[in-house]
Amino acid sequence: MTQGIFDWAWVVDNLGDIWAALAEHVVLTVIPVGLGFLMAFPMALASIHWPRLYSPLLGVAGILFAIPTLALFVVMIPFTGLSKATAIVPLTLYTLLILLRNTVEGLNGVPVHVREAAEAMGYTRARQLFRIELPLAVPVIMAGLRIATVNTIAYVAITALIGQGGLGNLFMDGFLRQFPTPLIVGLVLSVTLAVAADLGLLGVQRVLTPWRRDPG
Amino acid sequence: MVEVITNLLAWFADPVNWQGPNGVPTRVLEHIYYSVLAIVVAVAIAQPVGIFIGHTGRGGALAINLSNAARAVPTFGVILLVFLVAGLGLAPVLVALVVLAIPSMITNTYAGFRAVDRDVRDSAVGMGMTGWQVIRRVEIPVAMPLIMAGVRIAAVQIVATATFAAVVSLGGLGRYIIDGLAQRDLTQVLAGAILVATLSLLTEFGLSRLQRVVISNGLQEESEEASMEASLEGRTG
Repeated sequence: MTQGIFDWAWVVDNLGDIWAALAEHVVLTVIPVGLGFLMAFPMALASIHWPRLYSPLLGVAGILFAIPTLALFVVMIPFTGLSKATAIVPLTLYTLLILLRNTVEGLNGVPVHVREAAEAMGYTRARQLFRIELPLAVPVIMAGLRIATVNTIAYVAITALIGQGGLGNLFMDGFLRQFPTPLIVGLVLSVTLAVAADLGLLGVQRVLTPWRRDPG
Repeated sequence: MVEVITNLLAWFADPVNWQGPNGVPTRVLEHIYYSVLAIVVAVAIAQPVGIFIGHTGRGGALAINLSNAARAVPTFGVILLVFLVAGLGLAPVLVALVVLAIPSMITNTYAGFRAVDRDVRDSAVGMGMTGWQVIRRVEIPVAMPLIMAGVRIAAVQIVATATFAAVVSLGGLGRYIIDGLAQRDLTQVLAGAILVATLSLLTEFGLSRLQRVVISNGLQEESEEASMEASLEGRTG
């Protein structure tokens, strides 16, 4: 049998499994990034209200980020076994540094005169945050979400070693059977997913900030 | 939980784990060997490219876009794929680690060169420096905070990711994690995880020390900001 490095027949026969792996990969990306944002956002608001909190919070997030992925996944095993949580908790923790920092930088980057104008117009603190500061901070916050998402997509594959994995299962499958096709499919889909997510989030950002769009 | 910690302490206290080919010293040295090799090769490839596009400004956008796309490639998959194609050996791991390290080095070196004040560059040229002298005496020293930030983030990525060498039957600290997972020996797995995390934090710490030495005093503050920026670029290990 002459078979090149890539076997199309395998792809056709296993579309269902490939689809399932991709779907799992998306779930394992969306949940951590979503949870990470839900955690980072109040932390960012607190850091702005009490600036002294910012440095220690950022420091802790930085140390978490410096721990190798496989090491952190493995450290979770005594607590959560080989369940989805073992993948989700570390993936969530990894997003905190980027999301916290970009949210704080974005909100701090709102020009003082804009803030003063809002205050002078009688905006309450909460209304000012949601109507003025957040919309203006969207580009920086979204930049953080994009980096966090692309990073997470790359990390998810590693969780195949602890029984999760999404597209990482295709890597392991190809590796264990000495059969490159699933590996190549997994790699291509993983990169495609990252690029698609990045462009998708860029699209969301454009929609959220219509005033920044170039005319024409 | 208490039991986990007791087992771990026992593992680290057991002299058997400190001797022979599977002992901690050997595994640490193997891990450092793969990492240093990868860092040297990556520096040799990435820095000339970064310096060239930074100095001339040519091909900058292309290099940055390629680097960003490369960041989305899961290193874990690359190691396995190169292993299947090239077979057993150090090559697959080295290739994957180098590929992983190059983007952050190129983008940071390029950004560092681009950030050199036009006036500074112009006055160097005005003083009669040749292109090469401008690079060596002006651009590299001024860009050093970002260049070093790139090397540091790449080195930490490499140390963290060299763990996967064990997946393709090589040594290094990943051995404990991979073997431990296969043998359902949680203590060994955790010991490996702790060792890898320690080594990568030490790399981070050691290189930030080195950064203080090689960066001119006038640029120390910028250096700290640059490291922060660079550390956010992410890591795939």
